[in-house]
Amino acid sequence: MALEDLFKVVKDRFKEDKKPEKKEEGIEIPKNLLFKCPRCGTVVYSEEFEKNKKVCPSCNYHARINHRDRLEITVDKGSFEEFDAGMTSLNPIDFPDYEEKIAELQEKCGMKEAVVTGLCTIRGYKAVIGIMDSSFMMASMGSVVGEKITRAFEYGTKHKLPVIMFTASGGARMQEGIISLMQMAKTSGAIAKHNEAGQLYITVMTDPTTGGVTASFASLGDVIIAEPKVLIGFAGRRVIQGTIRQQLPDDFQSAEFMLENGFVDMIVERKQMRSTLSRLLKMHNYKKTETLPGKDS
Amino acid sequence: MNTLTATERLETIRHKNRPTVMDYIPAIFTDFMEMHGDRHYSDDNAIIGGIAELAGVPVTVIAQVKGRNLDENKKSNFSMPHPEGYRKALRLVKQAEKFHRPVICLVDTPGAFCGIEAEKRGQGEAIARNLMEFMLVKTPIISVVLGEGGSGGALALAVCDELAMLENALYSVISPRGFASILWKDASREMEAAELMKITAEDLVKFGVCEKIIEEPTGGAHTDMEYTAMNISDYLKDALARITQYDTDTLLEKRYEKFRKIGMFNE
Repeated sequence: MALEDLFKVVKDRFKEDKKPEKKEEGIEIPKNLLFKCPRCGTVVYSEEFEKNKKVCPSCNYHARINHRDRLEITVDKGSFEEFDAGMTSLNPIDFPDYEEKIAELQEKCGMKEAVVTGLCTIRGYKAVIGIMDSSFMMASMGSVVGEKITRAFEYGTKHKLPVIMFTASGGARMQEGIISLMQMAKTSGAIAKHNEAGQLYITVMTDPTTGGVTASFASLGDVIIAEPKVLIGFAGRRVIQGTIRQQLPDDFQSAEFMLENGFVDMIVERKQMRSTLSRLLKMHNYKKTETLPGKDS
Repeated sequence: MNTLTATERLETIRHKNRPTVMDYIPAIFTDFMEMHGDRHYSDDNAIIGGIAELAGVPVTVIAQVKGRNLDENKKSNFSMPHPEGYRKALRLVKQAEKFHRPVICLVDTPGAFCGIEAEKRGQGEAIARNLMEFMLVKTPIISVVLGEGGSGGALALAVCDELAMLENALYSVISPRGFASILWKDASREMEAAELMKITAEDLVKFGVCEKIIEEPTGGAHTDMEYTAMNISDYLKDALARITQYDTDTLLEKRYEKFRKIGMFNE
């Protein structure tokens, strides 16, 4: 069988694939009143869900939250000093309507690109932090995401600071072509230097951490934490299903699956995250600071 | 100057007689001794590695194996490596570093394998580890894309001091088929994607990703394998002479800078 025929077989199988997980989509849910858990299907009042830090009360799935909420529940109040806030994408392969799409998302998400980076303290411990926000083009990594993350690590190396990355991404940003692929090497290189300088890097994998981000900086933490029930993997579920021609187990590519297979150190609940991070920083001999020094100190 | 479109090049590199590393290795190197296994799980036949001599100089060769027929492709999994393939590559790179041997990576893959076992054994982690480790390896690394350079599966053998491409080779963030399937939900628009994505050797030189284009005979590498192999060999000898003159600090600084500068943004 030629390779082309093999592709055809795979493609045909896609067509046959009934996608059972989408069956329930017929139920209409008023957008803002209720939250339906994508993992267990439980429906709860949005208000209750928000109060629970966007964690499903039934199955403990830690749903996606935006960068503002993440900062609020993670860093010490008023401690965050953003780096490179104004950095924006160009259009290296002249992808149709790319600039318009970016402008639209900037408006909608209240951020210039899919990651925010900066300096913060967590229970008094100073750290460089990066937060990816999946509401911005599935937090895919193009030039800006790659550059901001690289600079965050270079800052950590220069100032002898730990780096904490909250990862969430669909992978490399296809709209920026090969430039996006190179960001995987660029960020990993910056981590290599931060690592060589003996500084701590903590990854917190959140929903979803996939593709080129899993295959670069997300998997390189000294300590890798995951939130419960989140999706973590390299290849897309449907791509794999097409290859192996059978249904995948429900927990495939979950945080728990990654823990069991040895790619995650611990699963930590959102409400325990600050305490876990600060304990880790303490145990790596970082000192508590009373006031947050400026960016150039 | 190659006047073929990206689509025509895609057809050229998919030609059933397109030479593979199994043709090139004996033609370019002498006394190739294969080394097997990642020392953790198994030996991946999608990546072949070992020691050989290039013009009398010992080098480590790591190459992705496209099959020349279905049997070979079954064995090499259509050149789609599993994590243990990338881990074998890393082991051989570390071995090369210890003995100050230059590393030659020959890239030819549609991408890393996507499957249950690959996920279980950490495909993402294996690729990520190579990107990080290759960046600081204290020996020269030269990568040559021979046909398809597909995504992270190619990049995991392409963090290097110099990257060259055969003139019809393509190197992309995802295969054109994958690009069309994900962005337009229509894999049949593959050819349109290939034209849009800017994935030819000339495009990659413009982006600062590729340093050198290696000439193929008119009609493609399959029309004269020996000639193509000679061109690759000449390039490798030149590149090694150029790169081995740097001291280790300069070498690593330049390698970091090669990737550090790639990106297009406003601030």
